[in-house]
Amino acid sequence: MILQGRGISRGVGKGPLLIGPDPISFLSGVDPETGIVLEPGHPLQGQDISGSVLAFEYGKGSTVGSYILYALSRNGHAPAAIINQEAETIIAVGAIMGKIPMVDRIGIPLSDLKSGQMVEVDGTTGNVTMIE
Amino acid sequence: MYLTPEEEAILNGEEGETRQQLMEILVGVGKVFGADEMVPVRSAQVSGASYKTIGEWGLEWLRGLHARASVPAVLNPVGMDRIRWEEMKIEPEFAKKQLEVIRSYEALGIRLECTCTPYYLYITEYGDHLAWSESSAVSYANSVIGARTNREGGPSALAAAIIGKTPKYGLHLVENRNPQLHIRVLDEPDNPDASWYGALGFLAGKISGNRIPLFSGIRPGRDQLKNLGAAMAATGAVALYHVQGITPEARVFNYASAGLEEFVIEAKEVEKLFINEIPDAVAIGCPHCSPEELDYIAGLLEGCMVKRPLYIFSSRDVINRQSDSVRKIEQSGARVYADTCMVVSPALERYGKIMVNSGKALSYVPTMCGAGAVIGTTKACIDAACTP
Repeated sequence: MILQGRGISRGVGKGPLLIGPDPISFLSGVDPETGIVLEPGHPLQGQDISGSVLAFEYGKGSTVGSYILYALSRNGHAPAAIINQEAETIIAVGAIMGKIPMVDRIGIPLSDLKSGQMVEVDGTTGNVTMIE
Repeated sequence: MYLTPEEEAILNGEEGETRQQLMEILVGVGKVFGADEMVPVRSAQVSGASYKTIGEWGLEWLRGLHARASVPAVLNPVGMDRIRWEEMKIEPEFAKKQLEVIRSYEALGIRLECTCTPYYLYITEYGDHLAWSESSAVSYANSVIGARTNREGGPSALAAAIIGKTPKYGLHLVENRNPQLHIRVLDEPDNPDASWYGALGFLAGKISGNRIPLFSGIRPGRDQLKNLGAAMAATGAVALYHVQGITPEARVFNYASAGLEEFVIEAKEVEKLFINEIPDAVAIGCPHCSPEELDYIAGLLEGCMVKRPLYIFSSRDVINRQSDSVRKIEQSGARVYADTCMVVSPALERYGKIMVNSGKALSYVPTMCGAGAVIGTTKACIDAACTP
């Protein structure tokens, strides 16, 4: 199955889906050294986003969050790709800075996606392909 | 989003990796806000200049970029005067990192000016498109000059400085610049100090939130408007305001107040904010002083020696142009610093109570410096500094 979204940050990334789905603040909400979600009470609290295809509604919090996405990428703990319901500038700019493929507006609610499902995200075409 | 063949070529990497990534940022931001196309900008003001904000990773990102600004560009204020930081008692470790950030921007062709008043450095005219970052500068450009800018984030402003363009959305579009509420001011005093408008803005920003207010009943000049807008961008998120009969777009479009939600602010509410208290230090220059303000302060200080610390902040360019006034001010024992201000510098954190002549500083000093703040007229500020 292929979902047609909108490409935001170019490149192709593959990994298991990790569904937020709540908004994520990267500044103080995610550890740039480990990729572990720190935000108390977040559905993903304690989980490692490294190498996943991270699907969440949108970014929240400080615009410095963009630099945290870059840091995660440099530390080898970035998600393989990002799917947002609706992109805003913190995540869009951070994904581009960190060269993390990113799409939004995939046409179905994020809750219809299955955690752990392998997917390939093409940030240039906007395609999200389910593998297997 | 429509891109010209030249913009497509940059996006495809034909002009190198840095310009490709920065064009991707502009296109990404354009998609987020539904822009139809790019628009050339006349100048840029880049935030993300403070090491405290962007940290080691931000510095590394900057170091990895290789390109030159294609339009005039300056930086936001940082935590210290980049030359006189030792005198400000800034930690050498912090200063070293801060200077590295500034040098990285210099390598990208950004001018070594860290100021919230780029309009004193570059000719900025009605209808110009800009990519500015600092909230009071954005307010002044949009409202007092009638130029057009959104409030840019650090990376998008840097991208605009390098590429020379910004996505055309928000306040770049004339249809998004109409007033959304009416603030009627009653009993404006005759020729009040600029601080009076700062206090008015302190109140009006809370009423306006992120909407565009139309004022009636006031006749402020440029320095007064600067103070009004800066305060509204601090207590609210006002990036554009109009003043009937005064600001350029209000004169061109002759906006009617009828049909807008109306709020009334009486002069006595503004005056209630002015309290007589003895401060531990006095700080002037939020936003950075204009040439006229430096001259005025020099005149007020004539013949007196300061008895408590008096900090004046302005841009390096304006300080150099007004060297006579600056010398007179410093002869009183006061200090005139560039590149920084009372809101972003840790130098003022050591005082318990700071007196300011700015509505914006009145709003930010308590949270950013952890100090109490009182507002007074510029003259009251100087008197307080000179009183034993």
